[in-house]
Amino acid sequence: MSIDPITLSVIQAGLAQVCDEMDLTFSRAAFSPVIAEANDRSDGIYSAADGSLIAQGAGGLPVFVGTMQYSTRTLIQMIAEGRAAAPKPGDIYIVNDPYLGGTHLMDVRFARPFYRKGKLFCWLSNTGHWPDTGGAVPGGFSASATAVEQEGLRLPPVRLFKEGVLDAEIYAIICSNIRVADQRIGDVKAQAAALMVGETRLNALMDRYGDDTVAEAIAELRARARAQMEAFIEEIPEGTYEATAWVDSDGVVNEPLAIRLAVTRTGQGLTFDFTGSSAPCAGPMNSVRATTLSSVYLAMRHIFPKVPISAGAFEPLEVTGIEGTFLDAQYPRPVSGCAAEVSQRIAEAVFAALVQALPDRVTAAPAGTSGNFALGGHDPARGRDFVMYQLSGGGYGGAATHDGLSNGCSTIGISKAPPVEIMEQAFPVLYRRYALREGSGGAGRHRGGFGLEYELELRRGAARASFVMDHGRTGPLGAMGGADGAVNEVTVWQGGTPYVPEHLSKEQDIPLAPGDRVHVRTPGGGGYGDPMTRDPALVAEDVRLGRYTVEQAAELFGVALTGTPPVPDPAGTAKLRGGKLRG
Amino acid sequence: MTTQGTGRIVGVDVGGTFTDLVGLDGASGTVRLAKVPSTLDNQAFGVLSALEAAEADLSTLDLIVHGTTTTTNAVLERKLSRTGLITTQGFRDVLELGRRTRPQAYGMTGTFRPIIPRDLRLEVPERMDASGAVVTPLDEDAVRAAARALIDAGCESVVVHYLHAYANPAHELRTAEILGELWPNRHITLAHALLSESREFERGVTAAVNASVQPLLARYIDRLSGGLKDGGYHGELLVMNGNGGMVSAARVADEAAKTVMSGPASGVMAAAYTGRQAGYPNLVTYDMGGTSTDVALIRGAEPSVSNETEIEYAMPIHVPMVDVRTIGAGGGSIARVNAAGLLEVGPDSAGANPGPICYGRGGVQPTISDANLLLGRLDPSGFTGSDADANEVARIFAETLGAPLGLDATGAAAAVIRMANTAMAGAVRMVSVSLGADPRDFALFAFGGAGPLHASAMAKELSIPRVLVPARPGITNALGCVVADLRHDFVRTLNRPLDTLDEADVAQVFAEQIAEGRALIEAETVGITDLRTTLSVDMQFVGQTHLLRVPLDTATPRRDQLQELFEAAYHARFHVDLDNIRANLVNVNTSVIGVRPEIDLSTLIDPAGRADSLQGAQTGARPVWFESGWAETPVYRREALPIGARFNGPAIVQQMDTTTLIEPGDRAEVDPIGNILITVAAP
Repeated sequence: MSIDPITLSVIQAGLAQVCDEMDLTFSRAAFSPVIAEANDRSDGIYSAADGSLIAQGAGGLPVFVGTMQYSTRTLIQMIAEGRAAAPKPGDIYIVNDPYLGGTHLMDVRFARPFYRKGKLFCWLSNTGHWPDTGGAVPGGFSASATAVEQEGLRLPPVRLFKEGVLDAEIYAIICSNIRVADQRIGDVKAQAAALMVGETRLNALMDRYGDDTVAEAIAELRARARAQMEAFIEEIPEGTYEATAWVDSDGVVNEPLAIRLAVTRTGQGLTFDFTGSSAPCAGPMNSVRATTLSSVYLAMRHIFPKVPISAGAFEPLEVTGIEGTFLDAQYPRPVSGCAAEVSQRIAEAVFAALVQALPDRVTAAPAGTSGNFALGGHDPARGRDFVMYQLSGGGYGGAATHDGLSNGCSTIGISKAPPVEIMEQAFPVLYRRYALREGSGGAGRHRGGFGLEYELELRRGAARASFVMDHGRTGPLGAMGGADGAVNEVTVWQGGTPYVPEHLSKEQDIPLAPGDRVHVRTPGGGGYGDPMTRDPALVAEDVRLGRYTVEQAAELFGVALTGTPPVPDPAGTAKLRGGKLRG
Repeated sequence: MTTQGTGRIVGVDVGGTFTDLVGLDGASGTVRLAKVPSTLDNQAFGVLSALEAAEADLSTLDLIVHGTTTTTNAVLERKLSRTGLITTQGFRDVLELGRRTRPQAYGMTGTFRPIIPRDLRLEVPERMDASGAVVTPLDEDAVRAAARALIDAGCESVVVHYLHAYANPAHELRTAEILGELWPNRHITLAHALLSESREFERGVTAAVNASVQPLLARYIDRLSGGLKDGGYHGELLVMNGNGGMVSAARVADEAAKTVMSGPASGVMAAAYTGRQAGYPNLVTYDMGGTSTDVALIRGAEPSVSNETEIEYAMPIHVPMVDVRTIGAGGGSIARVNAAGLLEVGPDSAGANPGPICYGRGGVQPTISDANLLLGRLDPSGFTGSDADANEVARIFAETLGAPLGLDATGAAAAVIRMANTAMAGAVRMVSVSLGADPRDFALFAFGGAGPLHASAMAKELSIPRVLVPARPGITNALGCVVADLRHDFVRTLNRPLDTLDEADVAQVFAEQIAEGRALIEAETVGITDLRTTLSVDMQFVGQTHLLRVPLDTATPRRDQLQELFEAAYHARFHVDLDNIRANLVNVNTSVIGVRPEIDLSTLIDPAGRADSLQGAQTGARPVWFESGWAETPVYRREALPIGARFNGPAIVQQMDTTTLIEPGDRAEVDPIGNILITVAAP
C-alpha cells in the first residue's frame, strides 16, 4: 500500500462530506414532505466499473443503504448491453423499476455519470420517495394489488436530463400518469440539484488530492471496510443461529408469510440463509432482491453502527436461499409493501437470530411496522378531495442494559410523525386520543418500549380508510426469555359498531361516515430477559406511572404490589416468583 | 427611555468551568478582568467572588449584565422544579411520545426522560378544533380538581397546554384565571403565551421547560440580587437571553426558557460586535472548548437566529435563539485506531475529569490537547505536569496510535491534529451550507480555549482567507454581556398563500410587534442610544415544508414584492427557479433592539502594557511541529504585542488562557483595536 493511513482517513471523511452535502441539498430544496421532513431519500457515490458503493450519506434512509449499488449496477449492465442509452456528461437517468435493483415504485432513482478528464470516473446517484407515481390508490400502497401495473407507473432507466437539459417529453409522460403532478417539478429539480452539488464537491476533492490518490484511496477504503466488518464478525461465536419472523398476510390471501433465517458464521464470513421462507405471494408483501439484501445490511448496521457504509463492509455477508421465495419476487408480482414492512420483518429475523450470539449488542425486536394508515375522501367544507397519511411508531425492544424506547420510528426509517395539530389543520378529522399504549411493552428483565394508541374521528364528508401495517397476528419477538410485545390492533367504528379488518393489519377502502372512528394500537417492543428477574422497584415505578396495572405486575412480572403509591411487597413477590420459577 | 454614557459596566458570564468577568469604566477607559472557578450549585457565589477578584466597588457600578447557565444545566441534568401539566383530555402523553424518533439513525436503542413525569400530567375535558372553534367546553371543575391534585403532589410550577390554543387561547386563559385563585405562587405557564405556533409536542416541551426552570431561575436571581445589594450595589441587573439580547432581572423568570443556551449566544454577540468594529461583518464563529466546539454564522454583523433549536435528543425549545451549532470535538476528544486500521478522533471525550493525559489527573487516552502538547503547540509549562508527564504522553501516543499506524509519537500526534481539523472543518462546512452560506465569503472568528490554536489550519481547510482572534478569546462570553443590546423578538404565524393574503394583515402584525417591542424596551431603565427594528418573513413555495427567511425593509410589503423577494432568495439559496409556483407567507417576524452605547474594545488589553516593538513582546522560542516539519518558533506575549505589529508565521502568541498558532506562510497583524488578523496562505 502506498497511500498513507492519514490521507486515507482524510479522503474517507471528504467523500462522506460530499454525500452529506447532497443529502442536505435534496431535503432542503424538496417539496414532498416525505423527502423534506421525513428524509425518505439517500445520496451516494458508486463505482464506474460495477456500481459498487463507494460512499453514501449518513443521513440517508436506512432501507436504501444497500439498494442503490444494485440499482447503479443494473444501469451499468443495461448500458453495456445496449438496453439503456449510453451516458454523456450532464445526463441524468431516472428509473423506478423495482426489479432493476429497487424497492417499490415510489422510490425514484436518479443517476448522473461523473467524468474526470473526459473519462467516466464514477456515478452519483440518489433516491427519493415521491408522494405518488400513479396506480390504483393515491400514494401507491394498495393493500389488494395483485400486479405491479396496479401500483403505478414503472420507468426503465431513461435520460430525463440530456446534457444538462430536462427532456420535456419524458417529463410530460410522467406528469400525465401521476397525481399532484404540478408540484413534482420542484422535487425533480431538488433531486437533480443534489447531484450537481455532489459533482462540484467531488471535483474539488479530486483537484486537491489528485485523481490517482483518490482512486487508490477508494480501493483501499473498500478493503478496509471489509476488514472492519470481519473484525466485528469475529465477535460472533462460530455456529448457526436460527429465527423465524412472520408477516401477518399479503393483504389478499389471509395466511401468514414466514421468513426463515439461519445465520452461520464460518471464519470471517456470515451466511444468511433464507431457505424455507414462504413462496411469492399474491398481494403486495413481496420483496425484491435488492431490498432483501439491503434489509440484511441495515440490520447489521443497526447492530454495528460503526461499520462504514461501503461495498466492502457488505462483502463478508452472503445471502442465500431467497430464490423462489417472496423475498426475491419477479415481475409482475406487486411489491409496494417491500420497503416499508417486509424489510422490517427481515431485519427482525436478523435481530432474533443474532441476539443469541451477541446478547450484549442486539436488542429484542422493535415494533417493526411503519403503521401506514391512509384516509382518502371528500371534504365538503373545502369542496375538494383529500388523502392523508398517518405513519406511527411503536416500542423498541429491551436490551441487556436498558428498557426499550417508546414510540420509536420504524427500523428502516428515520422520519418524524406529523403533529396532531397539523393533521387537523389539513384534514377533516379530529383526534380523540394520542397516547402511550399502556401494557404494550413486552415483559422482560428489561421490558420493551410502549407503542402508541390513537383514535380519530371523521368530522364531515365521506372517506375510505386503508391500512398497510404488520405484527397484528404475532407481536415483536422477545429475546433471552423476554415476552413478545403487544400485537398491532386496528378497530374501525362504523355507526357505533366495531369492525376489525379480516387481515388484522391490512385492508383497503373501509368506508367511513361522519362520526365514525379509527382506533389504532401499535406494537410494543419485545422484552429482554426473564421478566421474573426484573427489579421489583422498576415494576412498581411502571405501575405508579400507569404503564402497567397492579394485576399485570403480578401476572407478567411476578411482583406483588401494595399501597398507594404502589410499592413492592417482598413476601408476596417471593411467593409469586417462587411459583413461576417452579422452585 | 434614558440615554447615558456607558458608565461603569460589568459583564459576568458563568461557564461550565470558569466564571468570567469584564468590567469597563466608560469615564476612565480602564478595564478589569477576572476568571474564577464556577460554583455550579449556587452560581451567585462565583459571580460575587469574580466581582471581588476584580476589586469592583459595587456601590459605584452602574450596570451588571449577567449570563447564567442555571436553566441550561437544570434542563440537561434534569434537576428541575417539580412541575405539573394540565392538558386536553386524551393528550397527556404528547410530552413523552415525542415525534416517533430515535437518538441516532443506526442502533435501535436509546432512552428518553420526559420533562414532566406521567403521574404529574393530568387531563381535563376541553377541546378546540384547528380553526379555534370550541368542540368541547372547558370543564372548570376538572381544572380545579387537577390544580388541587398537583398542589397536593408537591408541584411548585404548572403548565397549561391545550390543543390548538394558538388558534384560540380562551380555554388556557380561563384556566389561568381559575389557577390564579388556587395556585400558591405565580409560576403558571400558558403554552400559547410563550409560543403561539402549532405543533403540540414542540410547544408543549417549550412550555414545560419554561415552567420547570422558572422557580429555579427566580430563586437564583433573588439570591444574586440580594447578594449584590448586601455588597452595596444599587444599579440595574440585566440577564442574557438565548437570543443574544438582555432583559431586566425582575422580568427574566417570566419567560425563563429564553435564558437557555444564553452562554453560547453571548459569545456570538461579542463576535458580531468585534467583527463590526474590526471591519469584518461576515463571520463564522469557531469556539473550541474542552469537549465540544460551537459554530455560528454572522452576516452583516447580525447573528443567525433560529426559532427551532433542539438542545438535545427530543428536547426542542422553540423560542428565538442565536443559532449556535455544536460539534462533538474539543481538546479532550479521544483518538483511536479502529478495527479497519484507520485513525478516528472523537466523538467521545476525556472531559474535564480525568481529562487529557497532560492534565496529570489520571487520563490515559490520547486526546487532541495531548497531540498539541507533543507538537510544541501548547506550552509544556502551562500544565501541572512535569517532563515525566510529557514523556508519558509520548509513550502512549507511540504505543496506542503510532504502532498500528506505523508512525512515531510525533507522527501520530500530527495525524491526530490533521484528522481533527479535517473532521471539524467538514462539520463547520455543513453548518454554513445548511444556513445557505459559502464559508469562503466569511472570516473565521476564533475563540474559546482551543479555537485560536486550530483556527489557521481550519481556515486553510475551508479556504477561508482570514482569521480574527479577538483580544480576549477566553472571556468572549463575558464580553458579550457587556456589548449586548436590549432585544425582543416576535414571531406570528399567518400561514397563508400570497394570493389570498391581505396586505393589511401583514402591516398590522408588524405594527403590533413593533409597538410591543418598543413598550418593553422603554420600560427598562438602562440607557440606549438608538432603537432599531429588523423585519422579516418566513416563506415557502406552496406544498413545501421548509421555510426560507426573507428580510424586509418595509413594514407594509405588497404581495408582488413578497413573491419577488422570495424568488430571489430561493434562487440565491438553491440556484433553482420555480416561477410557476405560488408562495406561502408563513411567519411574520420582528426584532426590536435597544442599541447600547458603543464600547471601546481597544481598552481590553491595557495599552500601557504593550511593548514598543515586536522584539519587546517576544518571550522566547521553542520547536513546534508543522506539516513542513519542526521549526524553531518565536513565542510572543499577547498583552505585550504592539498595535500595528506585523509578523509572519511560524509564530506562537500566548495569553492567560489561550494560545494562538500562526502557521508558516501565514501573515499576522495586530489591528488598531487589538485583534490579531491572520491572512491565511492558500493551501
